[in-house]
Amino acid sequence: MQADRLYFEDFVPGRQFPLGPKTVSAAEIIEFATEFDPQPMHLSEEAGKASILGGLAASGWHTSSMLMRMIVDSHIANSSCQGSPGIEFMDWKKPVLADDTLAGQATVLEARALKSRPGLGLVRMRTELQNQRGQAVCAAEQVIMFGMRDTGETTA
Amino acid sequence: MRLAELNPIGTRIETGTLEFTADDIIRFATKFDPQPFHMDAEAAKSYVFGGLCASGWHTCAGWMKMFLAHWKEEHIRLTREGIDPPKLGPSPGFKNLKWIRPVYAGDQVTYFVTLTEARELASRPGTWLNSTFNEGVNQNGEKVLQFDSSVMEFT
Repeated sequence: MQADRLYFEDFVPGRQFPLGPKTVSAAEIIEFATEFDPQPMHLSEEAGKASILGGLAASGWHTSSMLMRMIVDSHIANSSCQGSPGIEFMDWKKPVLADDTLAGQATVLEARALKSRPGLGLVRMRTELQNQRGQAVCAAEQVIMFGMRDTGETTA
Repeated sequence: MRLAELNPIGTRIETGTLEFTADDIIRFATKFDPQPFHMDAEAAKSYVFGGLCASGWHTCAGWMKMFLAHWKEEHIRLTREGIDPPKLGPSPGFKNLKWIRPVYAGDQVTYFVTLTEARELASRPGTWLNSTFNEGVNQNGEKVLQFDSSVMEFT
């Protein structure tokens, strides 16, 4: 058991974890969109400018995926995370444009032990990202499953 | 033509099927969700999921991919028939996303979209907000994913 590894018990309501920063390039936006969301405003600066998004903009699914990566790097990679049953909501509040730098925070809202699976608990968190102009670009709430410190760690 | 005229409210549309290969799962997870159960089949055995499975964000992105593949075909069909296709725009987000079952390497997920509501925005006359219920079902008929989302439409 690593001393700095995060377990269910460490996710105390009110605790915050910083997210990012992450700068997203035009090439990354186009690469993601080409595979998963090939709409003109996600594929070219010109089409983005002509849309209500105002420039080459990341797919909302790309923004969500980048948020996930920031969450993993912040408090999941070195944790007893066992996955997530879902997301209560995700608001894409402002377009994420090429060369934007995103950063934010994840806040623990609630933590409860799972009666049906001893050694596991659910942690509800709110995550928010802002761009370099200080505008909120996305906000989400989701539940993540973590193993408990004494019995939850099933990996070697 | 408006979306609600093309796909009446309550009509479940199958958009397409996407196979999640181990390579695709690992490639996505390496960039966006590098957790052991999305990266390494051996390591995955010791987690709740029990095997290499796709990031939930990968299965969501797969829904978008298959919706757009379907939409491209619809565009071609409607244009050929002399009908002006609905002009869909960005989405403000989604809610009630449930990753019901893991999507394991080799699974084939068939995606669906059902229009549930269409309303004109009071703040932007001529712009509509369409609400949809979205699903993914694996090759065994088990639902793996569902969520509610919305998409803007310009007239």
